[in-house]
Amino acid sequence: MIHQFGIHDILYLLSGAGWTLILSAVTMIGGGMIGFCVALMRISSSHVLHGIAVVYIELIQSTPVLMVVFLVYFGPGIFGIELPKFPAAALALVVYSSAFFAEIWRGAIQSVPRPQWEASSALALTWLQQLRYVILPQAVRVSLPPTVGFMVQVVKNTSVTSIVGFVDVSRAGQLISNATFQPFRVYLWVAAIYFVICYPMSVISRRIERKFNVRR
Amino acid sequence: MSMPVVSLKGITKSYGTIQVLRDVSLDVEAGEVVAVIGRSGSGKSTMLRCINGLESIQGGTITVAGHVVTQTAKQLRELRREVGMVFQSFNLFPHLTVEQNISLAPRIAKKMAAEQARGIACRVLEQVGLSEKIDAYPQQLSGGQQQRVAIARSLAMEPKVMLFDEVTSALDPELTGEVLKVMEQLAERGMTMVVVTHEMGFARHVADNVVFMHKGTVWEQGTAEVFFDSPRTPELQQFLRSSKVK
Amino acid sequence: MSYRFQFDVVLAQSDRFIEGAALTLQLSGEAIVFGTVIGILGALARTEGPRWLDWIVGAYVEVIRNTPLLVQVFLLFFGLPAVGVKFTATEAALFALTVNLGAYATEIIRAGIEAIPHTQFEAGLSLSLTRLQIFRHIIFMPALEIIYPALGAQFTLTLLASSIVSVVAANELTTVAQIIEGETFRSIEVYTITTLLYIAMALGLRSILALLGLVLFRRRRVVQPQVRMSGI
Repeated sequence: MIHQFGIHDILYLLSGAGWTLILSAVTMIGGGMIGFCVALMRISSSHVLHGIAVVYIELIQSTPVLMVVFLVYFGPGIFGIELPKFPAAALALVVYSSAFFAEIWRGAIQSVPRPQWEASSALALTWLQQLRYVILPQAVRVSLPPTVGFMVQVVKNTSVTSIVGFVDVSRAGQLISNATFQPFRVYLWVAAIYFVICYPMSVISRRIERKFNVRR
Repeated sequence: MSMPVVSLKGITKSYGTIQVLRDVSLDVEAGEVVAVIGRSGSGKSTMLRCINGLESIQGGTITVAGHVVTQTAKQLRELRREVGMVFQSFNLFPHLTVEQNISLAPRIAKKMAAEQARGIACRVLEQVGLSEKIDAYPQQLSGGQQQRVAIARSLAMEPKVMLFDEVTSALDPELTGEVLKVMEQLAERGMTMVVVTHEMGFARHVADNVVFMHKGTVWEQGTAEVFFDSPRTPELQQFLRSSKVK
Repeated sequence: MSYRFQFDVVLAQSDRFIEGAALTLQLSGEAIVFGTVIGILGALARTEGPRWLDWIVGAYVEVIRNTPLLVQVFLLFFGLPAVGVKFTATEAALFALTVNLGAYATEIIRAGIEAIPHTQFEAGLSLSLTRLQIFRHIIFMPALEIIYPALGAQFTLTLLASSIVSVVAANELTTVAQIIEGETFRSIEVYTITTLLYIAMALGLRSILALLGLVLFRRRRVVQPQVRMSGI
């Protein structure tokens, strides 16, 4: 049935936006946790852990996010399992984002001058204690602007899960545009919703960066 | 009497409500070396930068080699062909070799052929004693060498007057000598120079005239001997005492 | 595990995969060239241009960077006909990728220009150069050197993001993959091969950029004996 674009369509878009936000939040938390572990592996002195981390980061950063989504969505079929759409989408984005979080935080950790490690090891702190009490507090400052900046990418990346049918705001827009035949108008709304979510994060990222640059 | 090469008449300049230059007048004759001294914030560097239009002025007139310093970009470019400027921080172009640094402006601003520009580069490098560094990159040179290349780069445009803005202030003490020596040789060859400096020795022995700037004005000026041996104003006397202690 | 991989069915279509990959390379290559041109002009407009132009370019950058490429593709695909422009899906895809990269490139290049000390500009002015000459001969290469890693990363992202334009059936690699998947029902095999092709293209692009970096920034080789491959 073709119908006019109206208030119920906007509500439907907003419910899709809700799923976009939920998926983004899950991705940031899950991707952040895995990314942190990968970052630690990447800076560890173990050649094996370091190597695994490097390959993991390089491979994922050389793969389109859409392919990660496809592989995670269709992959479990090998075992005769079919993942529901939300877990599949979330898992794919967590894996994809973790590589980028890992690189951002590795860079931040390594930006802390070497003597800080040396000084703290002289205080007889273990490696983890050095990291926890000396290095990370300094690294967090450096990492904050790119982390918030990458959160914008996370939100935008969730849009590709619509291609496998997860009903986020992009998919909702597609469905409405099929039903109303007013694609341009519908996608303007979709774009506006993304902008409202992402723009504040971009501004915050820039503000933090400026603040730190001034203080430095 | 000949026309002065550089002539400032009643220059005023302010940043917002802060007046940095008030009624500054100064004439520099051809072949003359004028040293400008004074505390930081006295307006001496600002005055120098007004001469080639890097800073705009609010009142007064500046003429350089017959050009009036104005605001149109084209006229300013014509004027800047006659005025060389050497900066405190060298400002060599890091991605270009010494030769490219020097020949860039002759080739582009004067549309000179590459070969001719290279010839000029060789000549001015010889003048500053760095012929062997012609293919080096700035990073490969010491600070003193970089500053000598910067002088050579200005010379390549064959200016009628050269402006020096605290050119030894960023250098380690043991490197200032080689730069000052090059400047002294330039003076001997009859180059017209305006030198903002903290080097009292240079001001005393090389400059024909010395200008003391204080609170944005030319507070006192005179020939080097008179200036240093019998300063009139208490401000200059105090300044000379404090700079001798250093 | 009862699943039997059947790569042969899929590999029988290797010609089509290669065709798709070639179009992906062409699309992203063109987008990189045009996007960089937009980036240079955009950065110049923001640093040298009048205030209103800075404002307009700034708005373009913000809108593009804060909305997904997927939505931009749809908007152009459905929006251009509304203003009477006729085009193919591939053209719409190229347009979207170019506009998208242009926004990121503008910001990256602007950051590079602003990283060059103002004194370099003054040195150029003092040598009687015009603003354009200063930009071309003095600012451009050092700025490019500073931003080269970031710009290269953005190029790689554009290559990979081009898979998204498959939503309008742009005939590039992902579109081809989806068609072959529909014919063979071998999803895993199809997308494994597709992913490997993307990885190969991305690594290839990064290698080319690293080599180009060595040629462009000769000074780094001369001045620093040990050359790190410019990390991208």
